[in-house]
Formats: sequence, structure tokens, C-alpha cells
Amino acid sequence: MADSEGNERSKQTAIINHAADEGDEKSLAEIQKAKNEGKELTKEEKLRLRKEKKQQKKGKKDDKGPTEKAPVKEKTANPPASSQPVTQNAAQKAPSAVSVPVSESTAPTDKSAKSKAELKAERRARQEAERASKQAKKEPGSQAPSSKSKAPPSELQPAVKRLPEHIQVDDPAVVRKLAKKLERQQIPLRSDYGYKVSLFSHLHQYSRKAPLTQQISIPATVIHPSIVRLGLQYSQGIVAGSNARSVALLHAFKQVIQDYSTPPNEELARDLVNKLKPYISFLNQCRPLSASMGNAIKYIKKEISNIPSQCKEEEAKKKLLSCVDSYVNEKITLAAKGISKYAIDKISDGDVILVYGCSSLVNHILCEAFEKQRKFRVIVVDSRPRLEGREALRRLVNRGIRCTYVLISAVSYVLPEVSKVFLGAHALLANGYVMSRVGTSQIALVAKAYNVPVLVCCETYKFCERVQTDSFVSNELDDPDDLIVTRKGKTHLADWQSETSLGLLNLVYDVTPPDFVDLVITELGMIPCTSVPVVLRVKNVDQ
Amino acid sequence: MELQAVLMAAGGGSRMMDLTYNTPKPLLPVGNRPLIWYPLNLLERAGFEEVIVITTKEVQKALSTDQRLKLDVKMKLNVECIQEDADMGTADALRHIQQKLKTDILVVSCDLITDVALHEVVDLFRAHNATLSMLMSKCTSSRRRVPVKKAEREQRDFVGVDSAGKRLLFMANEADLDEGLIIKKSVMRKHPRMHIRTGLLDAHLYCLKRSVVDFLVENKSISSLRGELVPFLVRKQFSKTSISRREEDHSDQSQKRKDATAALDEALLQLASERSCWNDHSGDMSEAYHGGRLRCYAHIMQEGTCYRVNTLTSYVEANRVAPKLFEEAAVHPSAVISERSQVGGDSIIGASCHIADKTSIKRSTIGASTIVKEKVKITNSIIMNSVTIEEGCNIQGSVICNNAVIGRGADIKYCLVGSGQRIEAEAERTNDVIVGSDQLMEI
Repeated sequence: MADSEGNERSKQTAIINHAADEGDEKSLAEIQKAKNEGKELTKEEKLRLRKEKKQQKKGKKDDKGPTEKAPVKEKTANPPASSQPVTQNAAQKAPSAVSVPVSESTAPTDKSAKSKAELKAERRARQEAERASKQAKKEPGSQAPSSKSKAPPSELQPAVKRLPEHIQVDDPAVVRKLAKKLERQQIPLRSDYGYKVSLFSHLHQYSRKAPLTQQISIPATVIHPSIVRLGLQYSQGIVAGSNARSVALLHAFKQVIQDYSTPPNEELARDLVNKLKPYISFLNQCRPLSASMGNAIKYIKKEISNIPSQCKEEEAKKKLLSCVDSYVNEKITLAAKGISKYAIDKISDGDVILVYGCSSLVNHILCEAFEKQRKFRVIVVDSRPRLEGREALRRLVNRGIRCTYVLISAVSYVLPEVSKVFLGAHALLANGYVMSRVGTSQIALVAKAYNVPVLVCCETYKFCERVQTDSFVSNELDDPDDLIVTRKGKTHLADWQSETSLGLLNLVYDVTPPDFVDLVITELGMIPCTSVPVVLRVKNVDQ
Repeated sequence: MELQAVLMAAGGGSRMMDLTYNTPKPLLPVGNRPLIWYPLNLLERAGFEEVIVITTKEVQKALSTDQRLKLDVKMKLNVECIQEDADMGTADALRHIQQKLKTDILVVSCDLITDVALHEVVDLFRAHNATLSMLMSKCTSSRRRVPVKKAEREQRDFVGVDSAGKRLLFMANEADLDEGLIIKKSVMRKHPRMHIRTGLLDAHLYCLKRSVVDFLVENKSISSLRGELVPFLVRKQFSKTSISRREEDHSDQSQKRKDATAALDEALLQLASERSCWNDHSGDMSEAYHGGRLRCYAHIMQEGTCYRVNTLTSYVEANRVAPKLFEEAAVHPSAVISERSQVGGDSIIGASCHIADKTSIKRSTIGASTIVKEKVKITNSIIMNSVTIEEGCNIQGSVICNNAVIGRGADIKYCLVGSGQRIEAEAERTNDVIVGSDQLMEI
């Protein structure tokens, strides 16, 4: 008895801990009730009651959608009660969950077997009913289960943030939705190519030999010719690099705006934005949009929507074109000047600077520093299959900077002589992580191990609201055939697809945690990695 | 509008006069369709909605009355006529219609039969912002015996491409070279690895920038696209004062207003290419494309069909292959074929034909309204429209043109019977060309 009492107490403390974590007054009342009612209720019972009450509360606010999900979730929650609390709210329930299984195992012995079996039977019956109704609703409600399965923790958050489709390729419902959307916009769907490594099977993988232009008519009528050209240049890698892609995108948009004429009975503000939507889908199909491109598109759409309706077409077009020009000027050209001014302060004479790949901004900084008579030398680190470092090497050597060239496998050998590491970024995420070319996090890691300062140079227009802590969730898979190399006339991997146990993976991006980055140099100044959300907030307030 | 298609159908077919002295080349039947149908079909399949056809008055009349063409081709044909005796080259023809050309153009020759994926050629044009993009094919040599008038020695074309096989570095015809191949040092410095090929067939399909048409208007001395303009452009890629400079002069004069915006756009494009970490070559210190503004590309077809019907040999070859390109009933529904005749699976029978008993037709093409009487054996031959073949004939490997009459019991082997000719009964001809006397003076 003492044992059971002790268990009861621990159980109740567990409940209280749980309630304290939840901070829900309702549950406290429930706990009181439980305490009063005593030992009849099992732990599972209490959990269930609590959840039901919460759901009822939510159900009055939301539509029947979430409540549909909730009881189902609740059903699935209850039977593996010991495991479910752990999975559902891992952070919060972890301390209580540990105590729960312990108390649970001993609790049933106190309860009458009859009530337990009865309740179990009831639960099972309810589950079956829910399952049957779910099956019946499977066709139209295909969105609900998929989002439900993807975000069980979101039960607590009323607004479920929808995942972008380009990281849900293995979900046929999402793929079907995308196909329907593209069909509506008359954009062809690009099909995936080759075997995808299972960890990345949720991402698209395209082949360069099957361009999207195969499926559109030759004198492109649905899509503006400059957009077709741009998409082709993206997919073939002729325009590569975050800044270059954004600038080329804005150039193409300028052409589109110049050639645009408002159809009768339409407003320029609304119609032009609608015209741009299929173009953006097309570009997305050619190559997934970068964060900088996304921000540029947002800006353009905002500018277009802000055109007053009484504005004449010529004026509106001129205004838009000047907006685009000023955006490029401010966010890219002048930002680069500002960043190099700050960065040059950090470069002292006698420095050995390590750069990775070909970042247009870092190259710009180094060239400016060299012109300002700083004495330094550069080590360019390169990696396959893109071998972009060669391009960076060419540009720096053309200016007269002394360079060394190594592959990334040699980075730990050269780091002892390096004084600083300058890295470029594709995007800076809201939690301070840096998304950049694959291999950057490796360099940052090794540099940290050698206590070499790592400075990331990034314009503010590349800051994005996304949050990511690993490189798996959202990435880009490039053409796997790029990894195949022909040496002395022999191509060993020529028919890699016939090998069932072989998969080629060509990742493009990776994320570097903020612990490895010492400083981020932006045109607003030199900020630590963790200040990125502040900048984003300030930007949003400005706009 | 991205591209305008221009179909050159004014050529005379100078290398197969026996066939073309009565029928203009664009109307020659290949697989029972007029030759001009094939490039039109290619353009239609690619997605073009409008084509500018440059042709003679005769062909224009025939095109407007040809029911078949009207049914099969849904595109809008803007026919431009030129005088037949004006002896206009292809470049002259472009100059003639330059008012109609508003965007970049795709020039196709009427004698091209191919199933190439057009996007391959056009993608090179778009992606690299090229001035010229053309189609070439690895030649397939024909090994069958065909009626030839005289030995036709083809002049070889030397085509130099870079190591990736896309960029055109060198183009010359054997006739233009005196002793040997001369390759400029400036080319070698920029592209140290060049593949020079001689066995390529030029399909005469070109994508040209609008500025090239302006250039042609300026330089009236260039009269042929393939013979003069293309080698000129390929050479100019590597010269210091490139054509683009001259193009800029043009645009300055004609479009002063658009200068500012165009300059800004150019600056943006320049910025994008500067910031891009891409280079088309590696190993030397120059930027992408070596900073050259003028670029010529070629797409070389490795597989698939590509024929240019400009000689008798290729005409026969095309007749054999063309029907396989398109799925169509080999036997036209309106043809009357007797049950006791044997028509091979790879033969094509045209509309309103009459095939009598005990005939055997193998691997041949029979044109429309042809009458074939009993006990006739036709193998590997091309019989055009409205031909009458009397009983007991044996025709092998021959080409019989329109309205000919073959008398009974004739034995024709590897011959070319001209239009409207009559072969007397019991004649035996081998390796002969039977044409009208008025054609004998043609050289």
C-alpha cells in the first residue's frame, strides 16, 4: 500500500509537473477533480479527459477540421499512452513522460479490471469509427491527413504552416496538387530523374539533358521569351550564384514589364501580378527559386500592387522599371560597396584569407581590398563536381592577387596558416543558420577547430524567414550525372542506374550553425549571427 | 513573339533537273506528299502558328489549290512570291521580306525531311544568346543503286567544332580552299581543342538574330545564307572588330529613344554575367565566351533521320524513309486494289489508284491516280501521280515521273523516266534517263 501511495504521489506530481508545463488552468481543475475522485481514473483516462476538454475549447473556435483531427489524434494518443506523450511534446513532456511510464506500470494494479477493460473497449470502438469515417473522407480530405501526419505537434498551434511543395515530393497528394496547378497555368511539369537516395527522396531531382523547353512550343507564347531564356540559363547553370540569379531575374522582369500591355477592363496592378505567377512557376520548375529571388519577387509584387489604379500605363511601367533599377542598385551594388568597406577594415596586412567556392561578394571584397593596397594572400578551396573555385581563382589571379588552390579534402592541412576565413552565403535563415554551398559548413567546422575566425558576408536582401537546423529538410538535388567523370576514356559510372544498390547524390546547399560563424558582415554593419531575426523584424517594420 | 519561321521554297533543285523540270521542287512527291509538307509539319509540331513561305508564283498557285496541304497544315501560311528568273539567293530573299521580319528568325529549307527535336537547336540559340544556331547531322550514305546521270562528286564541307561539340569554330567548303585548311591562331589560342568533321550534312535550318537581317540589308553583296553568310559569321566570331559593333551603330541610328532603357538593360545583363560563376571553358584566364559578343552554335544530330532532298540519290532515299516518319495508312482508302495482287507492307499507294490483278508491288511508292494493269512487277521504285503502267511490265529501282506511260511488257531497270514520257511496249531499259528532247540541252 505504501508502495501504491508513493506511486500515487509520484503520479500526481507528474500530473502537476505536466500541468505546470502546460500552464493550462483547465487541467489544474481537472487535476483537482482527479484528486477528488481518487484512484478510479488511470493515467490514460486523465490524459484523455484533459485533451477532450482542450479540444472542446478549440472546437468552438475553429471549424470542424481541426476537431476532426483532434479526436483521431486523441485516439491514437491514448493506447500507446506511454510513448505518445514523448513524441507529441517532446520538449515539454519529457520530464513528466519519464515519470509517467514508471507510475503507469504500477497504477493499473490499483484499478478494477472491469472498468479498465470497459474503457479500453470503448476507446477501441471509437477508434474504429473514426478510422471508418476517415476512409470515407479520404478523397476530398487528402490535405488533412497529410498535413496532420507531417505536423503532429501543431495540435497546440491553431495555424498550421503549410510546407512548401518542393520538399514534399514523395507525397503523391501534394504532387497531384502541383500538377493541377501547373496545368491551370499551362506550364509543363518537369519529371524527376534517376534514383534518389532515400534520405532525400522528398526533394526534386532533375536531369540537365531533359530541359523544360522540350515540352513547350518553340515560339514561346504562354511564357515570355526572356523568361524562357532565363529558365534555360538557370537549368543549364549558365547563370549561377545567388546575386547573379536575382539580377538576371530582375532583368527578365523588366523585359516582361516593358512588353506588357494591360488588357481592356483590367487593372495593371492586379493583372500584371497574375501574369507573373505562371512565369514564376516556370522558373521554379527549371530550378528551385533561391531565397534572394524569393525576396526580389516579393518586392516586385508589392510594388506592382501598390500602383494606384488611376495611374496611366506608360507612367506605371516607367515607375516599375525605375523601382527594379533602384532595387538592384540599393540591395546589390551599393550593398556590395558597403560590405566591402566594413570587410576591408577586417583585413590587415600579412593576412592569409581562405575562401570557398566562387562567391561574387567575397571576390568583390578581395578585389577592392587589393586595390586599397592591403597586402594579403588567398587560399581558394574548391570541391567537386562544380569546381567553382577555379572561376574564383581566375578572377583573383587576373587582378594580381597571390592565390593558392586546394581541394576541400586538404582544408585541414592548410588551416594552420590561415588567419581568416571569408565565406559567402546563399541565404541567412531566421535562426541564425547560414545556408550556403555544400562544403561551407565543413570549412566552418574545421576553422572553428583551429580557432580561425569565420566571417560570412551577406547582403540583407538574402535574409529569409525560414528556419532550418539541418541540411536534409530543405535542399536542392542537382543532376546526379554531374558526378560521373571520364578519365582516360573510361567512364566507370556510365550505367549507374542499373546498379540497384548505388545511388548518386549531388547536393547543392548545406546549413552552418551560428556557433561556427563569428561575424556576419552586412551593409547594415557587422552583426553576430543571432541578430538576423532582429534585422528581419526591422525590415518588416520598415515595410 | 520569340521566333518567326521562314520557309525557303524558291529553290530550283538545280541538282536534280530531271525531276524538277516539270514539277517545282517544293511539290515533288515524297511518300505521296509534296516535299514542302515535311518542313511545314516539322514547324507545326514544334508549335509554330505562322510561317512565312518564300516561293515562286507557280508553287503558290499549287499550294492554294492543293486540298491535301490545306487539310493537313493548320498553320497560317504567309506566302511571299519572288520572280523565278530573278535568281535570288536565300539571303536576297531575306532582304526582300525584311519588312515582315520583326523578331529573330528560324530559316528552314523546303527540302528538309527530319524528325529532330527543334528545341535542341533553339535552346542553344536562347541559352547562349547566340547570333546563329544551326542544325547538322551525321550523314548516312546510301548504298543502293539509283539512276544517276553523271557522277556526282560532292564537295566536302569542313566543319570545326569545339570539344563540347556545340560551338562552331570553323566552316569552309572544299571548293573555297586552295591548298589546305587555314586555321587562324586567334581561334587556336581560344579553343585549343577543335574537332574537324567532314561527314556532316548541313540541314539548312538556321536560327538567326534580327540584327543579322539588318546586317544583310546593309551588305547587299551577300546573296546566299549557307554559302556566304554562315562562313562569314563563323569567321567574325574571332575577329577584333566584330559584327556586334556594327550592329550597335545600326541600333543607335534607328532607335534613339530606346537607347537609355536598352543601355540600362545591357548593364543589368552585364552585371548578371559578371556575378555568375560560370564559364564555358576552363584553363585560361579569359571570361565566359572569351568576351566575344558574336557566337555561333551548331547542334549535331547523332541519331534520327535528317535528309535534304536536293539530289536524285537523296530523293530516292527520302522516299524510302519518309513514310516511316509519320504514321499513316500505307494504302490510301480510296485506292482500288484488286484482291489477287500483292502489295508489300512497306509500299505506299496513293489516292484513287487502280491496281489490277496479279501485280506485285514491293517497297515502292505509287502516286495518286495511277493505273497499274495486270501482271506488273514493281520493286524499289517511285511512281508519281497519274502514271499508267500497262500489263506485264517489270519495273525495278526506277523513278517514273508524273503522267508517264509505260507500254506493255516493258522492262525498266534503274531508270529515270521523265514527266509525260512514253515508253514503248517491250522496251528494255537499264540505267537510263529518259527525258524529253527539250530537256537535253540543259546543263
